[in-house]
Amino acid sequence: MNRPVTLPIYALHAAVIVLLFLLQFILPDFHHGVLARVMVLAVFAMGYNLLFGYAGLLSLGHAMFFSAGLYGAGLAVEHFGFGMLPAFGAGLVAGGLLGLVIGLLALRTSGVAFMIVTMMFAQVFYLVTLYFADWTHGDEGFVIAQPLRQIAIGSLHFDLTQPTTRYMTAFLLFSIVLIVTLFIVRSAHGRVLVAIRENEERTRMLGYDAFANKLAAVIVSAVICAAAGAAYAILFGYVGSTFASVQYSILPLLWVLLGGAATTLGPLLGTLFMYYVVDITSGFISAYLFIVGLALILLVLFFPKGILGTIRDRWLGWLP
Amino acid sequence: MAFFPHLLLATLEGLVTSAVLALTALGLSLVFGVMRVVNVAHGEFFMLGAVLAWAITTALGGHPAIGFLLALVVSPLIVGTVALVAERLVLRRLNYNPEATIVATIGMLYIIQQAALTLYGPDARPVEPPFSYRILLPWFGYSGYKLSIVAASILLLLATWFVLTRTKIGLIMRATQYDRETAQAFGIPVDRVYAGVFALGAMLAAVAAVLVVPISQAHYLMGLDPLLLSFIVVIIGGLGSLRGTVVAAVLIGLSDGIISVFFSPTLAKMIATLLVALVLVFRPQGLFGTAAR
Amino acid sequence: MTPLLTTKGLSRSFGGLHAVRDVDFQLLPGEIRAIIGPNGAGKTTFVSLVCGRIEPSTGAIVFDGDDITNLPAHQRVRRGIAYTFQITSVFANLTAYENVALSVQRALIDKHQDRAPQKRAAALHRGVMEALERTGIASHRAALAGNLSYGHQRLLEVAMGLALKPRLLILDEPTQGLSDGEIESFIGLARDISGEATVLLIEHNMQVVMALADRITVFNAGRILAEGAPEEIRSNVAVQNAYLGTAADA
Repeated sequence: MNRPVTLPIYALHAAVIVLLFLLQFILPDFHHGVLARVMVLAVFAMGYNLLFGYAGLLSLGHAMFFSAGLYGAGLAVEHFGFGMLPAFGAGLVAGGLLGLVIGLLALRTSGVAFMIVTMMFAQVFYLVTLYFADWTHGDEGFVIAQPLRQIAIGSLHFDLTQPTTRYMTAFLLFSIVLIVTLFIVRSAHGRVLVAIRENEERTRMLGYDAFANKLAAVIVSAVICAAAGAAYAILFGYVGSTFASVQYSILPLLWVLLGGAATTLGPLLGTLFMYYVVDITSGFISAYLFIVGLALILLVLFFPKGILGTIRDRWLGWLP
Repeated sequence: MAFFPHLLLATLEGLVTSAVLALTALGLSLVFGVMRVVNVAHGEFFMLGAVLAWAITTALGGHPAIGFLLALVVSPLIVGTVALVAERLVLRRLNYNPEATIVATIGMLYIIQQAALTLYGPDARPVEPPFSYRILLPWFGYSGYKLSIVAASILLLLATWFVLTRTKIGLIMRATQYDRETAQAFGIPVDRVYAGVFALGAMLAAVAAVLVVPISQAHYLMGLDPLLLSFIVVIIGGLGSLRGTVVAAVLIGLSDGIISVFFSPTLAKMIATLLVALVLVFRPQGLFGTAAR
Repeated sequence: MTPLLTTKGLSRSFGGLHAVRDVDFQLLPGEIRAIIGPNGAGKTTFVSLVCGRIEPSTGAIVFDGDDITNLPAHQRVRRGIAYTFQITSVFANLTAYENVALSVQRALIDKHQDRAPQKRAAALHRGVMEALERTGIASHRAALAGNLSYGHQRLLEVAMGLALKPRLLILDEPTQGLSDGEIESFIGLARDISGEATVLLIEHNMQVVMALADRITVFNAGRILAEGAPEEIRSNVAVQNAYLGTAADA
């Protein structure tokens, strides 16, 4: 009861990863495709959760990190002839650099000002993608041609437009990020982030450099979100400024709130749930915005800890 | 056209923008100042005001002035009621927690947008101006209606200023803003003040929208720009400062008018947003105001 | 003996109010020093300047021979200055164990101890249990700090300070709100701590001050009014007028 339990935590995460791996063999085509997309978006949500859930920094501008990866990878392919893996790397670098700059600036503020500042920087990023339409094709965006979306390592050849390869790539990315997240939140750094969220002044007076810890969290969060964006570009082949709009800053917040902020598996659960809620309801009414809006309000009003947060409070105190 | 008339036109356009912006931003600023709530749905109250103005004038028919005047009164009242209901049902239950209310008002934004899209549709529709007198300048003619917007805005701003500084209601609001708990201890019904302020903030946005809809158009996505510009104004003017808000609105409106005549509007917005974000980072108390309490 | 802590001409004003004014102060290693004075005398402001929570308007702070005036708070903590808050400021949503673990973790990082994760985890556990046992709250380790009784939260504050293995431990009114029995055991704890760290204590309870302090510094209106051994202070007329005279009956 004193030292954190380890075994059930590893077992649970391993089980989730194995389950996702096995699902590809039994799911029908449609859901197979959905899950591949959900896993990529869940990576976006996990990156967001690291900052919002664990470090307690509510950003309203994470669309810029996702699209930094998206454009970093997409433009590298489109204009510089990068292969898929180097392009993915370019996306990560773009996200990391943007995270560094935004972190250095935005972390001078806190609370409400932090939200507004991040939202404004994201808006600038969005306008940049519109303004440099010669490169980005603005609103319309551009498509990465299918023949380009291939990876050849030695004699091995992967076609990213194939559903199976796509699923496996998304699965691989998701699993890596899940394990990395689990490692971070259970590390000394992760505990300090939670401490900063709970009481920043006290944390500083325990000898921790709050700014440096928060900056590190912003950068890691940005890189993870950029990884999702870059993967989205090379797996699904479309790069457009919609992904930089305000809506894509709100969505990860919604997913994380729904699944449970500051839980490692909440982002996946929230993304998956929301995807199907929207999908199912769109059969009856075309009221996508209404569903999102209502979900946000109901969550903050009645369910602020989300699905896994509530489960942790009620039953499973050891959930990370 | 030569440079000077061009500049004059840009300045006039800028003044009109300033007038509308000052009203809208004042609403946002009041809500933030008194309640400490960042109302992300503020732009949607603006949009709702414009859409309702279209609905009222269309339903009424007849001389455009009659419909317009009716809209000027009825539309803000309806929007105020919507805001009041939202405040009672949602914000109060969240105990005005700053972060939770932001998430909740984002939710309201989407719901109002969807309602407008479903009931009003995706088209942009015009409202006929109440009168169409043109003032003839030596270089060009200018819409008399646009100038009347500026006049109406100044009147409304003066009225708001009077209420805030010279009446008991204003005193109660300022007391609540200064210290919620003490105000409560002195028997001020803080709860009702909050509800009133939230409704008033939304009504100011709605009035601004009714004024502007004859020269722009009503559209379900029209709320985003006023929201961002109001944020900009409130930040530059200093969060919660009335005078700063008006000064900043004039500054932003004028520069927006002038810059978009001479440069690409996207570039102008990009640079303005970036500059304002940097102001918030390096000078959080705004360019004019003192630190928000 | 060279002093552990020296301040020279240390001042801080808020607006027009001089909270701390031109304070020259010396603290020798190993002593227990009490700071007393009426409310608003500048005691908490003074120790906040020392630990870096607020910046001085003018003056210098020297700790262990180094000028630390411009060091941020977290680096002062790493050099060995620990501060326990006057208003209890534990992490309410974390358990008592996790609260102290944050301190121990910091102390371990600074010592660059065992890299092996197993050994590190063991060292962490040892450190936490030691601090919890010394302050007598080990049996409450699994409780959320916010659910602890007020007295136990005060002790948790002390445990967190202690677990940093500081060279100077600043205790800001540690016995405020404690019961008589708790105060008695706190006195024992403070004596115990003084064996390994210098203690700077802000305290209103004169019984505690007289039982613990090697020397006493009296603050009044932002300045040092008097300084000396407990008996000297007790017999000092100025002090009696400024402070003891009014507080003695309380």
